[in-house]
Amino acid sequence: MNLKKQFMDGLLYQNPVLVQVLGMCSTMAITTSFFNGLGMGVAVTVILTLSNVIISAIRKIVPDKIRIAMFIVVIAGFVTMVDLFLQAFVPALAESLGVFIPLIVVNCIILGRAEAFSYKNGVAASFFDGVFQGIGYTLVLLAMCIIRELLGAGTFGGGLLGPVNAAGTHMGIQIIPSQFPAGMLTLPVGGFLVLGCLIAAMQWALSKSKK
Amino acid sequence: MEQITNLLAITLGAVLANNFIFSQFLGICPFLGVSKKVDTAVGMGVAVTFVMGLASAITWLVNVLLVKLGLEYMQTVAFILVIASLVQFIEMFLQKAMPTLYTALGVYLPLITTNCAVLGVALLNIQNNYNFIESVVYGITGGLGFLLAIVLFASIRERLVFAEYPKAFEGFPIALITAGLMALAFMGFSGLKIW
Repeated sequence: MNLKKQFMDGLLYQNPVLVQVLGMCSTMAITTSFFNGLGMGVAVTVILTLSNVIISAIRKIVPDKIRIAMFIVVIAGFVTMVDLFLQAFVPALAESLGVFIPLIVVNCIILGRAEAFSYKNGVAASFFDGVFQGIGYTLVLLAMCIIRELLGAGTFGGGLLGPVNAAGTHMGIQIIPSQFPAGMLTLPVGGFLVLGCLIAAMQWALSKSKK
Repeated sequence: MEQITNLLAITLGAVLANNFIFSQFLGICPFLGVSKKVDTAVGMGVAVTFVMGLASAITWLVNVLLVKLGLEYMQTVAFILVIASLVQFIEMFLQKAMPTLYTALGVYLPLITTNCAVLGVALLNIQNNYNFIESVVYGITGGLGFLLAIVLFASIRERLVFAEYPKAFEGFPIALITAGLMALAFMGFSGLKIW
């Protein structure tokens, strides 16, 4: 077990979104405000860690042939718990993430880590793998949110900071005056473009550091 | 008559204005993964359309059962199990009945289980309170929208091989930028929503 390597892998060298290119749907769909990104990141980290631990614990008694089905059942169980928890305690977040919370079930990061890591490694290592990969995912979400929100709406921390609008949600702190931002970036187009540029930047940085 | 207008509105929305890929971000993984060649893209699109239509019908019925038993909170678990077994079943059926189609689809069939468009359409049907016919229509037309998107995207990607772009953009980034520009084009359909 190599904690430092796992940490660096999760955040940089094997970052789930930027390097492994997993879990794209949620990454692009919900990164329109800071609050959404943070909520989704934490939810996925919790589910990933829990399912990693359970799958690692049962890996010796699960027959090889039905392992994928077992993974999905374990993951779906945790997703349901988190879904109900959010609906009960953070209804605003549950509403703005909508269908993407139950869709964490088919988020390839979780199934991918189950197959690639926790099915082959011990419980403790799988736990840390879940935490670090989850943090790596959350950081990318936050970066996307900050870029898209700042350039698309000119605000920072939407849903969490700033003045409250009529519907009772925080509007975020206005940084760029509202006539300048390109609203396109908060639309689906922006998701594709920003993520494309982020992955390109990552590839560029990784190829630089190798030299 | 009202029913027909309603179904037409669902169709237009699912194929163009609210395209599963370009405006709802569902099914991005196979969209990026299986779009290097037009032939395979067509195969994947057809398979997804088929599964989405069937899954919409079956999950709608399963949901009626869950509501009757007071087990709505089991939706996600029940749906994913239904979809996984449905895909498995289709795989076995095709293998016996249509071996040519089966070999053509190859590895893409089992991958459909983790396509979030399929689970997404099942959940959206319930969220939108669609009746049985509306659900099936939404499932099939959503699949057709996916087919349209992935075929267009694959034909552009085939030509990208000859394009010049910075080395850092090789692979996924340039594909994402292309998809972004296509999403921009599809935004032009959003005016159809008024209907």
